[in-house]
Amino acid sequence: MTPFTRLTAIAAPLPVANVDTDMLLPARFLKTVSRKGLGTALFHAQRFDMDGAERPDFPLNRLPWRGAEILVALDNFGCGSSREHAPWALEDFGIRCIIAPSFADIFYGNCFKNGMLPIVLDAAKVERLMADAEQPNTATMTVDLQRQTIVRANGEVIDFSTDPQRRQRLLDGVDEIAQSLTFEKTIAAHERSWRTAAPWVRELTVGFAATGTGC
Amino acid sequence: MNAPRTLYEKVWDSHQVVDLGNGECLLHVDRHLLYEVTSPQAFDGLREAGRRVRRPELTLAVADHNVPTEDRAGGLAAITDPDSRLQVATLERNCAEFGIPYVPLTSRHQGIVHIIGPELGLTLPGTVIVCGDSHTSTHGAFGALAFGIGTSEAEHVLATQTLVQKPSRTMLVRIDGTLGVGVTAKDIVLHIIGAIGTGGATGHVIEYAGGAIRALDMAGRMTICNMAIEAGARAGMIAPDDTTFAWLAGLPFAPEGTAWDDAVAQWRTLPSDLGANYDRTVVIDAATIEPMVTWGTSPEAVTTIGGHAPDPAREAEPRQRAQVERMLAYMDIAPGAALAGLPIDIVFIGSCTNARIEDLRAAADVARDRHIAPGVRALVVPGSGQVKAQGEAEGLDQVFRAAGFEWRDAGCSMCLGLNPDRLQPGQRCASTSNRNFEGRQGPGGRTHLMSPAMAAAAAVTGRLTDVRTLAR
Ligand code: SF4
Repeated sequence: MTPFTRLTAIAAPLPVANVDTDMLLPARFLKTVSRKGLGTALFHAQRFDMDGAERPDFPLNRLPWRGAEILVALDNFGCGSSREHAPWALEDFGIRCIIAPSFADIFYGNCFKNGMLPIVLDAAKVERLMADAEQPNTATMTVDLQRQTIVRANGEVIDFSTDPQRRQRLLDGVDEIAQSLTFEKTIAAHERSWRTAAPWVRELTVGFAATGTGC
Repeated sequence: MNAPRTLYEKVWDSHQVVDLGNGECLLHVDRHLLYEVTSPQAFDGLREAGRRVRRPELTLAVADHNVPTEDRAGGLAAITDPDSRLQVATLERNCAEFGIPYVPLTSRHQGIVHIIGPELGLTLPGTVIVCGDSHTSTHGAFGALAFGIGTSEAEHVLATQTLVQKPSRTMLVRIDGTLGVGVTAKDIVLHIIGAIGTGGATGHVIEYAGGAIRALDMAGRMTICNMAIEAGARAGMIAPDDTTFAWLAGLPFAPEGTAWDDAVAQWRTLPSDLGANYDRTVVIDAATIEPMVTWGTSPEAVTTIGGHAPDPAREAEPRQRAQVERMLAYMDIAPGAALAGLPIDIVFIGSCTNARIEDLRAAADVARDRHIAPGVRALVVPGSGQVKAQGEAEGLDQVFRAAGFEWRDAGCSMCLGLNPDRLQPGQRCASTSNRNFEGRQGPGGRTHLMSPAMAAAAAVTGRLTDVRTLAR
């Protein structure tokens, strides 16, 4: 996974609450078997009209925000489905950091697993960053995960905090599966004792017949 | 004497493999459910790292989101959309390569993953169930801890049969008293979301309790847990009781004989202890709940069928006002308009929220000896092949067909329109699904969420209608 350490980039303003996963990536773009290439479908209904032409008023269609790597949004960002296609689309577009007063749980966790940093800040601070993002000459900010700071264009430093373990994994770009597999013996021991305690969790050792009644 | 624990805490404790420090744990997973949309990239990840699936026998895969809901006998070859066919073919190939049990398209057990898990007896009290789909919360109706995960997490479960998790906060939602006539589980959950908002339970696991919940059948309990995610909750749970055990007895993968007796004895210890502590409690009087219908593009934009859309002019806060204006414009509803009487084009009775046999019976009761209004198209999409077969055994297919409804094969269908069942721009739909986001059922489509009986009432009148006015 790509580590996330420090990012100086343009922030795009998205002053909308409850940005849902269907808005981030409409369902019809879920028919892919790859992680890549979803950036063009990000915010599809907002970015493009029915004929596929860009809507000039959507921030990500305008300069300088076409090249944004940070997104500033309002409450409950990423609500809706658990699909990781939503962070993949953001990442493929080039967004690596999202700042909002709150996030939906599953989306929040999915960001970390894809080398992206979601930052929760109180609403007043988000408003200041939103105002910055709305003006081209103040839209560039620096997010430093090591120090857990955001530096505004005017030099003001805003602190944020991130769960220490997730932060470390992001900084190091760690493979979580490899980390968990170091507990192989403990996992196996737990499986044995749980199988004794709950023998009624039956294993699926028979196949399902293609037709008819077998299962 | 141990401190009193909630149902959630009991399930969590029995599945904790190791404490990773700082509140994170490795949690053991009893059942991992897979489907075609969110799994291909997880298998790719395994292949790239040269890993195997640790416990294929605790994993089950089925194709549901993309599948056509007619002419199914042809199986994979009959899927005309090439992208959909590729996703289903990829799932089949991955299951074969990694030895994962797969329910074929042509099996009578095929269906929406959250409907077939319970139906097969794979969903059991006290277990941990995950799936790369947010409506995994459905399975919590049995007293399981069940929640949606992302594709990276699915890959983690495939490789380790565990998940890295932090305990959630707990929220008790107690519905006291008795529901009024014509009021259903769907109305309860829409009422709750209207009351606490789509972010109202973020970071929490909801436990539903109270007299009105205890009185629900398993189908109703699943409907309510299904939409816990629409209130932002990680999961929804209901303590198992005799209703639960009666439903499970005799299912294909439920325990049998003495194992059943042992299991039930264990499951009886699961309900939250007296005095267990919740981080938050919400109490609602069932008698205040009415048939509900959404007016906007978020499940929290909901009111009673006798209610009105809001008037943005009355919103003091500018962003709130803009949001309401946007929703009304998208839905083509005038500010302050009454919801009852709005003409509809399409009716969709289906989805993991409301496509169980009980839901179809409720809709059929309204449709019986009536006919859908001129110009309306109405689809009934059973949640599984089993539900379809049961419906046909009871003659529900005849009731629906006689009333002008289409009776289709099982799948997600128009819940999200990944298959050909999709709203056209501007069409207004009375839907028993769970999400009314912009474009959810097809680009430009307008969704009103409601119960199966209310959707059937909309079908036969051609308008949003209070089902209680059709009582016979
Ligand atoms: S029926 Fe709808 S909500 Fe349920 S799993 Fe299928 S697409 Fe998701």
